[in-house]
Amino acid sequence: MTELFDQVRERVRRNVPVVIATVVGLDGSPPPSFARLGATLVVAGDGPSAGSLGDDALDRVVEADARRALLSGSSGLRRYAVHGAGDGRPAAAAEPESGGLTEASGPTLAVFIHAIEPPPRMIVLGAADVSAALVRVAKVLGFRVTVCDARPAFATRTRFPDADDVVVDWPHRHLAAIADELEPCDAVCVLTHDAKFDVPALVAALATRAGYVGALGSRRTHADRVARLRAEGVAETDIARVMAPIGIDLGGRTPAETALSICAEIVANFSGTPVASLRDGSGPIHRPTRA
Amino acid sequence: MQDILDDIDRWRDEGERVALVRVVAVEGSGPAGPGAAMAVSEHGEVSGSLTGGCVEGAVVAAALEVLASGLPRLCTFGYSDEDAFAVGLTCGGVISVFVEPVG
Repeated sequence: MTELFDQVRERVRRNVPVVIATVVGLDGSPPPSFARLGATLVVAGDGPSAGSLGDDALDRVVEADARRALLSGSSGLRRYAVHGAGDGRPAAAAEPESGGLTEASGPTLAVFIHAIEPPPRMIVLGAADVSAALVRVAKVLGFRVTVCDARPAFATRTRFPDADDVVVDWPHRHLAAIADELEPCDAVCVLTHDAKFDVPALVAALATRAGYVGALGSRRTHADRVARLRAEGVAETDIARVMAPIGIDLGGRTPAETALSICAEIVANFSGTPVASLRDGSGPIHRPTRA
Repeated sequence: MQDILDDIDRWRDEGERVALVRVVAVEGSGPAGPGAAMAVSEHGEVSGSLTGGCVEGAVVAAALEVLASGLPRLCTFGYSDEDAFAVGLTCGGVISVFVEPVG
């Protein structure tokens, strides 16, 4: 798929979802005359499909499955029964059967439907020391990271060389601008640490579909924020979405340790794994260091 | 996939041929699901990872063969293989990977 790979790469670079359907197995004797290992069909949401598995009827069936995978984001192996091979009739694909690589009756093709989704996003609001550490850890985890701060002196490429985007804007305004892009797999981290920025940012974050919304600050800070969010008319169910104090209880102190605790909470939340979130504990979030 | 594109581009710019290796099926326990990808240059450099290390060595050997022959291949690794001791997944799974040249 050397030629088609460039089309895949270009989509991945632009964060456009793309599906690669590749013939990875041929079964039955003789195998369908058109069948070629590695034959590929590329399907993306932003244009017509490209390439071919060698047969128009098969392409149509596989393209329909690929378009479904484009929406679901799930990859897997599918087996397609083919007939007409070698007898002069055009080959056609029968109902696909899902299954592993072993079962076969009649000529079949195993096609790997490979859905490549854009990476999850993390929106970091506030350009503090913790933000810089958080960007680094989030990049290691594969997030596409945006840092946003209203202060041009702080929101700079120099301070956040690893970030995918550095935006100088009011956090709540930027969130409102990208609200439609955020999905349940995305995270918003409010690190502005000042009620006059935190509260509008949280209001905007809770209006998105982001699956994780966390906010930096002590329990007292957050109690004050909750009162302000209520005053803004934010629903209790939305207020309950906020992970604050942000992060899990690792007993860390440094920006890097805080970043690790935030990312650990995000990974755990997205996988549905119970962890010791600071939000669910009590008392000061920073314990005295041991002598 | 995104994480290996820079390496693939660099190798291709340097005139090296590149094999793409993708996990197409996993049975049993395995850290990487279908779609996990790594790339191997014709000089045996590796980008990305499929399993955390258990089969990568055998995958590189398969990728170099594919580059030499130009023919894509489906490879299965795991305890059911006769050379299980050489390339078995320590976690006890079976993994199928598709190896093909991409330039």
